[in-house]
Amino acid sequence: MSADRERKAAKIRHLLETEGDAVFENTTHVNAGRYETNSHRDDIDELRDAARAIKEDAIERLPELVETVKESVEANGGEVYVADDAADANRYITEVTESKGAETLAKSKSMTTEEIDVNDALADAGVDVTETDLGEFVVQVADEAPSHLVGPAFHKSTEDIAELFNAHFDPDEPFETAEDLTQFARDHVGEKIVDADVGMTGANFVFAESGTVALVTNEGNARKCAVTPDTHVAVAGIEKLIPSVDDFPPFAELIARAAGGQDIATYLSLLSPPVDSPVVDFDEPDEPLDASTDDREFHLVLLDNGRTEMREDDDLRETLYCIRCGACANSCANFQHVGGHAFGGETYTGGIATGWEAGVHGLDSAAEFNDLCTGCSRCVDACPVKIDIPWINTVVRDRINRGADAEFDWLVEGLTPDADPGGVDLQKRLFGNFGTLAKLGSATAPVSNWLADWGPTRAVMERVAGVDRRRDLPEFQRETLVDWFEARDPLPAAGDADREVVLYPDAYTNYVLVDRGKAAVRTLEALGVDVAVAPCHESGRAPLSQGMIATARENAERVADSLDPHLDSGRDVVVVEPSDLAAFRREYEHLLDDDRAERLAEHSYEVMEYVYGLLENGADADLLASGGEVAFHSHCQQRTLDVDVYTEAVFERLGYDVVTSDVECCGMAGSFGYKSEYYELSVDVGETLADQFEAQDVAQRELVASGASCHEQLGSLLPQASTHPVELVAPE
Amino acid sequence: MRTDTIDQFASSLAAADVACTRVEAAEFSAALDDVVDAPAVGVPLGIDGVSLDDTAVELPPTPRLLREAETGVTRVHGIVDHGSFVIQADAAGTEPVSLYPRTHVGVVRASDLHADVEETASWLGEEFDAGRDAAVLATGASATADMGELVHGVHGPQSVHAVVVTDR
Ligand code: SF4
Repeated sequence: MSADRERKAAKIRHLLETEGDAVFENTTHVNAGRYETNSHRDDIDELRDAARAIKEDAIERLPELVETVKESVEANGGEVYVADDAADANRYITEVTESKGAETLAKSKSMTTEEIDVNDALADAGVDVTETDLGEFVVQVADEAPSHLVGPAFHKSTEDIAELFNAHFDPDEPFETAEDLTQFARDHVGEKIVDADVGMTGANFVFAESGTVALVTNEGNARKCAVTPDTHVAVAGIEKLIPSVDDFPPFAELIARAAGGQDIATYLSLLSPPVDSPVVDFDEPDEPLDASTDDREFHLVLLDNGRTEMREDDDLRETLYCIRCGACANSCANFQHVGGHAFGGETYTGGIATGWEAGVHGLDSAAEFNDLCTGCSRCVDACPVKIDIPWINTVVRDRINRGADAEFDWLVEGLTPDADPGGVDLQKRLFGNFGTLAKLGSATAPVSNWLADWGPTRAVMERVAGVDRRRDLPEFQRETLVDWFEARDPLPAAGDADREVVLYPDAYTNYVLVDRGKAAVRTLEALGVDVAVAPCHESGRAPLSQGMIATARENAERVADSLDPHLDSGRDVVVVEPSDLAAFRREYEHLLDDDRAERLAEHSYEVMEYVYGLLENGADADLLASGGEVAFHSHCQQRTLDVDVYTEAVFERLGYDVVTSDVECCGMAGSFGYKSEYYELSVDVGETLADQFEAQDVAQRELVASGASCHEQLGSLLPQASTHPVELVAPE
Repeated sequence: MRTDTIDQFASSLAAADVACTRVEAAEFSAALDDVVDAPAVGVPLGIDGVSLDDTAVELPPTPRLLREAETGVTRVHGIVDHGSFVIQADAAGTEPVSLYPRTHVGVVRASDLHADVEETASWLGEEFDAGRDAAVLATGASATADMGELVHGVHGPQSVHAVVVTDR
């Protein structure tokens, strides 16, 4: 393994051991809460559309909103400062504290202040800063970075925190329970708020028209920080601006659901500072509060720090819609296992961190963790503002590739004739060109399989390309699906078909898991469909997952060229591999002309979805194999497309007894689980799935998985082999 | 109609672990004293025929009262579908009185119940235009899970109680 891969693997191994359990517990808890609360409302998608539309419009009008908020805050009696970068913001903030002679500052939770490291700047200016959000307080005491956008201490269990506080504060009675710790921290931090000269908050939203700062918390600390001292500094990225309080409802409904499964946050403060509330001066305990003698000050620091450039960047712009709810982290299987200290950059964590880090800290910070996004797309459904987070990850990966050195290029130039430039990491090139390799492997099978499995070969593959030796490699079949199909006669039933489809054979189905392709053909023909099989061209999924967009675009065009004539003649496209269907339905809009992408997306179906449709339209279910006990793991991207339900419906229709998994992803995710630096994480994620199935006592059940990767992952973790659902229902 | 609304509000409050007392204006003082733990601090309610004058609640607030009071009493508006209070900050100190003591008692006129966030936002829009431009939507007691488990009573109140004045 190369030194860099070994370093990454070691870091992940360490975090899996030290922080993995606490992160898993916390993230899966809030992730389940999100599903639960969302299930009680049927308008979540409309709210998401509304929230998205407001953010799109606000970012479009950003320069105008900045002007508006300057006027409104100044009219209220406050000041607005637009800071170009972190240093500029910190300079302004320390000038404010100096002008007030401030020695103490109480601060509520704010990722934007983490972004600028304001605590360090304030410490240098002699100001004692206390984090008042208890999670931030824990992290401050531990001298660590937050591991999650919403739960900064998600990586620590109650026991970890008790140990930390007992060592740090040396209480008479050691702390044990969450209750003890909360009470202590609340009182300790509460005293700091009472003594603070300045209160600092972030802002979840800023309403330009009224100069209002919206703060969302459950603890009430932001309320206290904002109104207790006479000086309030709020720090917010310029992207937090939205026009007016009228735009608030969808966010109020969504943010706490997305973040943690609450219907609504405990406190949504809408303040238009300087506020009318009287200053509470605890040094004068018996003086009645009197706002008329107060001299309140308010400073709104709007941070640019790369955001204006992000706004002009067609691919990164969406990042600015982010409301920092953390749902993309909670819904991410990799994040659930390893947390933000691996899956995060200098400041931001989780799926969207790639966009934020690339925008505010630069590509290097994003490069460190960007590969942990496998493109499984589970965050796409979770995001309250419908950001295409996987696409942002893909684009940034592509940019990172383009910046890399061309070290091993000569090794793969001939083997992998992709369209991406020199410099793309060899490992990425290898996996990004899976289709080409599979073709070669199949043509030379079984020799290619022997060779691939041969110890010295594996050692070289591991050393040079980071293909982990502990993984079984796909076994290439000499007879491809396309060969088989050409050499056979269609079923008689297909002759008088009134439906015609073209089956898209992905590289796995064509060269490796040929049986699932054959089963798909037999099933469709039995149900009276005339089947054609398209040539096997890589869909672009493999290069996309490596950030090789130019290659993916070339692939997509070739696939579209091969399918267009079939679409012209009215055939539907049936896809076996869910990740390729997801490419057609989701990513091709970025790769092909709009019309072309739209037509293909509209006429493509997952094979079990298509079977469901046939049965619904009168096809004879008795022609298929029925009954039995099944354990079904659907595929991450299939679930995001809401297509998994059709497999379950077909099973139900055919009288199968089905148990299902509900993990977000199997952890294999295409090439991810093969990569030596990620092998252990991949197995850790997969074990959650295996445990879930074992707990459901699946030993006697037929194991079925929709995706090729899931199939491989399950095969390595459970004793029995899995098949594709269509293999189960296919007639003999 | 109004009874329906109050019922719904009460059931949303219950879901947020907030007790609800219904009272007519004439019976307010006695009912409030039953709800309030002394020492208590408050701000004038500004509700016709309803006052804190003959109750155990002390006014005006001082920093010492904020620190030592068991209960803080303020006027609020209500959001029916979430069981939320809308606390409008003012110069009298509604915000700190609703925030510092262990228990917050929110007094709400039945006519100040808003169906949902949408309706609340449009009412608040008018309030903002009229200069009353600070409000907290507060739902239940303050809470945190930052120490690994959900614990109530952090920087805000540990318990919350609603008093609905049904004939106002
Ligand atoms: S990208 Fe979406 S899901 Fe992720 S933190 Fe931002 S708003 Fe939440």
